[in-house]
Amino acid sequence: MSATDAKRLAMYRKRQRINTIALTLSLAAMAFGLVWLIWILLETLIQGVGGLTIATFTQMTPAPMSEDGGLANAIYGSLVMVGLATCIGTPIGVLAGVYLAEYGQKTWLGAVVRFINDILLSAPSIVVGLFIYTVVVTRMKSFSALAGILALALIVIPVVIRTTENMLSLIPNALREAAYALGTPKWKVIMTVTLKSARAGVITGVLLALARISGETAPLLFTALSNQFWTSSLGSPMASLPVTIFKFAMSPYENWQKLAWAGVFIITIGVLVLNILARVLFKEKH
Amino acid sequence: MAAILPANSIDRERGEERVKPGGSPTPRRRVAPWADAVFSLLTHGAAWLTLALLAGIIGSLLVGAAPAIKQFGLNFLITAEWDPTKEQFGGLVMIYGTLMTSFIALLIAVPVSFGIALFLTELSPGWLRRPLGIAIELLAAVPSIVYGMWGLLVFGPILATYVQQPLQSLFGGIPYLGALVSGPPVGIGILSAGIILAIMIIPFIASVMRDVFSVTPAMLKESAYGLGSTTWEVVWKVVLPYTKTGVVGGIMLGLGRALGETMAVTFVIGNMNQLNSLSVFEAANSITSALANEFAEAGAGLHQASLIYLGLVLFFITFVVLAFSKVLLNKLKKNEGARS
Repeated sequence: MSATDAKRLAMYRKRQRINTIALTLSLAAMAFGLVWLIWILLETLIQGVGGLTIATFTQMTPAPMSEDGGLANAIYGSLVMVGLATCIGTPIGVLAGVYLAEYGQKTWLGAVVRFINDILLSAPSIVVGLFIYTVVVTRMKSFSALAGILALALIVIPVVIRTTENMLSLIPNALREAAYALGTPKWKVIMTVTLKSARAGVITGVLLALARISGETAPLLFTALSNQFWTSSLGSPMASLPVTIFKFAMSPYENWQKLAWAGVFIITIGVLVLNILARVLFKEKH
Repeated sequence: MAAILPANSIDRERGEERVKPGGSPTPRRRVAPWADAVFSLLTHGAAWLTLALLAGIIGSLLVGAAPAIKQFGLNFLITAEWDPTKEQFGGLVMIYGTLMTSFIALLIAVPVSFGIALFLTELSPGWLRRPLGIAIELLAAVPSIVYGMWGLLVFGPILATYVQQPLQSLFGGIPYLGALVSGPPVGIGILSAGIILAIMIIPFIASVMRDVFSVTPAMLKESAYGLGSTTWEVVWKVVLPYTKTGVVGGIMLGLGRALGETMAVTFVIGNMNQLNSLSVFEAANSITSALANEFAEAGAGLHQASLIYLGLVLFFITFVVLAFSKVLLNKLKKNEGARS
């Protein structure tokens, strides 16, 4: 074997070695990512189930160091605020998404809205809380569930716009043209043909938005604040699961921390179920 | 047929030339002729609302922060004093905390995300690709408060015992290095916040990288394989250069997320306004955690205005980062269209 051959062989071996190392590291990175997911889910499961009792769903949030107590008012508050925020945010988001996909594909307004929307999608949610605080809370002179609902709705809108536009642009143009050729007015084409065909996708978007705001804490901190008692008035501060968890987990009291774990368990399960539901729904259609 | 097309059939029977229909067409019954205009108006309105939202956010933050801007000007950004009783406010501590935690997060998240994207596009067997991709995306779906609580109660103590204490005993006597790892062993501070942020942004960066990697033309990769390249060489020298705009866009997206993340950071950073010790294990503060902790209790006036000023700074930084990310990702999309 000549000297050059030996050199080539050495070079080849080196390249092989680098390749093996790099691919092993890539495998390790994948494992690294999965380990956190499994660790966090397991911990939530173990600690959460330990803290979960019937009282969690039937009793109000307790005072520190008391024996029993639950999260009933926080769960109720979360359901009310998340539900109403979705009801407000969804129609606006769908309409703006329809604008982007059906009216403004090539207009400057469409381009600008698309750009801004993508930024709002990842903008810090605490800034949304600040915005609602200065606009709503200072006007009404009190923290209120209404302010919390508005803050959450502002987070729903960009998510729904994004998915609605994506789903509508998947609908083939032939379908629209067929409807137009029958003399259907544009609004009817959109409502009964394109939006209807994209229904599964749009619902997926709403579910994802729902999952996103169920865990949002930052925008509620200084809009809905929290409340130790049951309230169904939208004009007064209202407890929510995430804010209650925040308060309880940061406290040194054992019964509060236990309830916080139970709350985290409820939220995590809810959010993961919503996410998986959204995926299953979307996969069935496509 | 005859009933529907009388003119045509009669024409054919008589062998006459077809005549153009004269007069006006039969009036069509239109249901709600205004519906089209109303619907169009509604969708336009919703689109404008999105723009108004952005303008509203910027406007309200500017108005809310006005007293602090007037009082401190741009010096606010480089002053570290934060004293509500003396009404002296400067945001340096929080701005440093936000930038430093995000920097640590990127340092960890970028290589890991690259590895995950490489695994998902080149190594993974086909049947594993989807479930693994979904698992990584679920990591993004877990609410940030769960990360925060887990970080404070589970991860922090472990980090303190197995990382901080060995480091402290190793660097203890050495100047500078020793100061970098000082602090009480409770696992709170910039490093824990950075690591938890890293876990949170890995899914965002990894899924953008995976998506841009998978749009690399197969022809290009196969040519490189045909010349005898190894998988690593194909990814490092062909796929990565081809997709670098998108990769940087994905990293910027992750950075934007990390900068604005509130709850996870608030739990583990310790919320102490100090910059005397630059140790990564010493309690510190970030913009988002200062807002989360102080805003609801801050009295109206200079304290609140200063906090809103911090919010404005945060919004400005994330806006620039996210806009940059968007521009880069759009650029890649355009090139793709031109090339195919």
